[in-house]
Amino acid sequence: MNNITATQTARRPLSDIDLRAVAPFVALAALLVFGALINPNFLGLDNLTNVATRSAFIAIIAVGATFVISAGGLDLSVGSMAAFVAGTMILFLNSGAVSGDTGMIAAAMLMALATGALCGLANGLITTLGRIEPFIVTLGTMGIFRALTIYLAEGGSIAIKSQELRAAYRPIYFGDVLGVPIPVIVILAVGIIGAFIFYRTRFGRHVTAVGSNEDVARYSGISVNRVRTLTYVIQGLCVAIAVLVYVPRLGAATPTTGLLWELQAITAVVIGGTALRGGVGRIWGTICGALILEVVGNIMVLSDLVSEYLIGAVQGAIIIIAMLIQRSLGRR
Amino acid sequence: MSEVYPLSTAEPPAAKILLEATGISKSFGPVEVLKDVGLQLKAGEVHAIIGENGAGKSTLMKILSGHLAPSKGALKVNGEKIVFTGPVDAEKHGIVLVHQEILLAPDLTVAQNIYLGRELRKGLVLDERAMADGAHRAVLDLGADIDPGVVVNRLSIAQRQLVQIARALLVPHRIVIFDEPTASLTPVETEALLKVIAAIRKKNAAVLYISHRLPEVKTIADRVTVLRDGQLVGTYAGADLEPVDMARLMVGRDVSKLYPDRAEAKTGGTVLEVEDMAVPGFVKNAGFSLKRGEILGFAGLVGAGRTELLEGILGLRPAHGTVRLKGKPVHFRNVKQSMDAGIVYLSEDRKGKGLLLGQNLKTNLTLAGLDRFTRGMLIDAKAETQALDKAVRDFDIRTRNRDLLAGQLSGGNQQKLLLAKMMLLGPEIVVIDEPTRGIDIGTKEQIYKFINGLAAEGKAVIVISSEMPELIGICDRIIVMRNGEVAGEVSGEHMTEAEIVVLATGAKFLAA
Amino acid sequence: MKAIFAGLAALALASVATMAGAQDKKVHIAVSIPAADHGWTGGVVYHAERAKKTLEARYPGLKITVKTSPDGASQANALEDLTAQGIDALVTLPHNSDELTDPIRQVKEKGTFVTVVDRALSDRSIQDLYVAGNNPELGRVAGEYIKKELGGKGDVVVIRGLPIVIDEERQKGFDEGIKGSEIKVLDRQFGNWSRDDAFKVMQDYLAKYKKIDAVWCQDDDMAVGVLEAIQQAKRTDIKFVVGGAGMKDMIKRVADGDSMIPVDVLYPPAMIATAMELTAGNFYDQVPVRGSYILDATLVTKENAKEFYFPDSPF
Repeated sequence: MNNITATQTARRPLSDIDLRAVAPFVALAALLVFGALINPNFLGLDNLTNVATRSAFIAIIAVGATFVISAGGLDLSVGSMAAFVAGTMILFLNSGAVSGDTGMIAAAMLMALATGALCGLANGLITTLGRIEPFIVTLGTMGIFRALTIYLAEGGSIAIKSQELRAAYRPIYFGDVLGVPIPVIVILAVGIIGAFIFYRTRFGRHVTAVGSNEDVARYSGISVNRVRTLTYVIQGLCVAIAVLVYVPRLGAATPTTGLLWELQAITAVVIGGTALRGGVGRIWGTICGALILEVVGNIMVLSDLVSEYLIGAVQGAIIIIAMLIQRSLGRR
Repeated sequence: MSEVYPLSTAEPPAAKILLEATGISKSFGPVEVLKDVGLQLKAGEVHAIIGENGAGKSTLMKILSGHLAPSKGALKVNGEKIVFTGPVDAEKHGIVLVHQEILLAPDLTVAQNIYLGRELRKGLVLDERAMADGAHRAVLDLGADIDPGVVVNRLSIAQRQLVQIARALLVPHRIVIFDEPTASLTPVETEALLKVIAAIRKKNAAVLYISHRLPEVKTIADRVTVLRDGQLVGTYAGADLEPVDMARLMVGRDVSKLYPDRAEAKTGGTVLEVEDMAVPGFVKNAGFSLKRGEILGFAGLVGAGRTELLEGILGLRPAHGTVRLKGKPVHFRNVKQSMDAGIVYLSEDRKGKGLLLGQNLKTNLTLAGLDRFTRGMLIDAKAETQALDKAVRDFDIRTRNRDLLAGQLSGGNQQKLLLAKMMLLGPEIVVIDEPTRGIDIGTKEQIYKFINGLAAEGKAVIVISSEMPELIGICDRIIVMRNGEVAGEVSGEHMTEAEIVVLATGAKFLAA
Repeated sequence: MKAIFAGLAALALASVATMAGAQDKKVHIAVSIPAADHGWTGGVVYHAERAKKTLEARYPGLKITVKTSPDGASQANALEDLTAQGIDALVTLPHNSDELTDPIRQVKEKGTFVTVVDRALSDRSIQDLYVAGNNPELGRVAGEYIKKELGGKGDVVVIRGLPIVIDEERQKGFDEGIKGSEIKVLDRQFGNWSRDDAFKVMQDYLAKYKKIDAVWCQDDDMAVGVLEAIQQAKRTDIKFVVGGAGMKDMIKRVADGDSMIPVDVLYPPAMIATAMELTAGNFYDQVPVRGSYILDATLVTKENAKEFYFPDSPF
């Protein structure tokens, strides 16, 4: 009897999948139009590049979160991890371990990537081998990374001491290639690599399978723990990449670095169409979600409509409305 | 509809008509699932509805129980025309449906589930004692002794099915509709359920009974209504129909040969030897051997440890013992290792462990054998599509749209997809757990042919099944397990239900 | 500020004078402060730890316990724990006044000497000693400086902290400071006392307004983000940025004559040390300390910057 009902739904999923994938981009376009109506300066090249550039941190981290969430996990520690990686990276830059500014920066970058990957590996191993809910594990490491950062900073901030080094590193955030800011290029690169891994490789397929149904994955010969752990490592690497772009902006890690990034990243992932329960991941949707978050904030400041006390409420409402639109598109 | 079997439409016995459906049609969009179907249900009868998957049985049952509204046609309860507003409304009229799918809250206890939404109270607080007692009585009535305080997700699928039935029967009922209640039950449990049905009949209520197990229908049904392609073939007196007649009416052609010829199976050398296998908590001291080209059956009651033994051997759960593959000792620590060694396992739990219901056919097909579709790091999407085309052809997977999700296929097509998925690995040994559970008779025949074909190709096949006729029909040898141990082995002319039941239950059952 | 320094000098003298024996008296002072959640509170923790060391060295009988808490609720718990240890005095910088007034009242009812720092309690009768920076004054001093430097006319943008009393007081003070001039406040948005958020808000201001004469961001941490955004946009219309608090990097820029940071307005985290000194003085030096000590919101300029520069501080 089932195959008759199946025939009923046969034509639905096609349009359904398409609309859901497109929904975040439609929402972004609508926001751009809305922004242009509110303030003509909104569509200025400077403003748009600013917004795209500063969405880099959340976008890059959220690409990693897409992997973790698609595999049925969750990582709440990314914000604190970003602060920790940034702190250790700057301390390394200040140590003068390598001579020459370029060499020093390159070495520090590698060190940051390794630190990020190790932090992610720790999250992954504790969750999988310890068989503890990722929510609890990463809530724990969130506190640990944050406290370590504050400890390293002795309660203050960790800043790049050498002005020459700072000047040499600064273009990674503020520079551009043919007018395209470097952080935007980094977003695109991370997106392309992420999408490639997610959609085109065996590992990506395994991530989806593990997130859809752990048992089926296991009975299909997939090492569920290995796949899950690797998603956390990818998350750690993405955090480190975000830090590589973050550090040259203000040249310092402070106790507020990365504060609430985890929630923004998760929001971006969900706005982008990835299912929180796992099994469905959309890399480009996630990046679009990060842009949406940043654009909403930007429009709020550019408009004079909303009292500064109510900005949070309006942002929250816009996000909920975006999700409702997406849901209704999916249902049609 | 042409008459395919010369049988007179049975005269309804002269009892009170509880429920009458006339001219029922149901369309989903442009597709008509039911066409002008009529049915009369009398007090004190067991009325079986049979038909292949897709014949419209479930849709009809959902209409009768208020879950769906008919597009055309009318319902009469006790001679009064009625339009149900929903299942709760139908329950008020004494009509309850026992669903095919298990709809229980897995983290609640048996008693909590049975009384969910209608909890007993003493003043403001829950009367746990009364509910536990009531729940225990309800399951005992079904011939099962399940502790009402146990959490449902620790029960076997069969036990869950019984809990679900117990829950449904708690509603004051005049008509009980069973949608494939025995699909996951063992013979003993089935027998107990059939007794319950007989008791319901005695109380002058009516039972509507859907089942793929035709011998069961034969034993219990007073009347049988056959549906095919959404249309009524006819209603017949149960006494007039043999299972083979039923099958013929359902399929519309002769299916007397359900099981393929196991003509002088040419078995080769031994490929797998298992000795002293123990799966802590489930199996102890089990051993058997398997030859090339052989189909080996595993029989036993639910909980006998058949699934656990094979899962233990294949690295799906912790186990120890001696396993020799083609003479070489092996120890599989995970299922990947056993797959690489050429053994595949098709779980009895197709929806929970076999297929990703939310993913499309292609993803499911290539999931286990993805190595074969990767070049360097890249998945070769073209090769995947070709593989799906081939699988659809080879295994006759019936789908109108290749982009469907696996969850949208019928049970039979899901099983074919799962077979195709595992065969992509090119295995030498194939283990199939409950190969035809919940699958209609036409597809069953196909599955048996596939299994037979595998053996003919020289592969060794292990079939675990709770349906004894199936094991007897397709296997060369049958190993019977009881309480986690191998109770014995039957082959040749000893492969009879009687001998298997003796081994599966122990002598006590015979004496009783 | 100068008044306090004078007071401290007097204390030091007094302590020398009464050196004989009194220092061995056993006194336990508990210090309850917020955890280092941003630069300024980080400074508070640093100065509390430093004052603990110097004071314990000065008075051998003195024991100081410093306890940090991440939020108001856990600070209330910490207060109970500290009281249970038997303390003679409590020096506390409460997370927020309303929530912690009652827990502190309970400490007081046990006969403990209570010193409140920075954020006054709802019921002022509880506190024996109140040491604070002057929030309205911090706003007023900044406002007056901007009014003077811009010649009483110009467009200013403001970045606020978090929506709490301190911030409101500073805003009101600022408005008072620019009163009677043609200074126009184009916009006020929250920067959450975070460099990153201030950077974003400043970027958006720069996109929104083609001409800005000065920025008041009332906090040095946020000033860092603001400067970076201005530098990136290569805007030259902005004449200067006024922060606040007295972060060492900013003090150094003032001292070095940076034209973008010509001044800073003091709101030193070291006020916790002042409070601890005075509290200890109450027990050892027989000087009357009860009352309110409001630190000046001193305008740090190139001329006096050296006095306020502590290179070892983390803030």
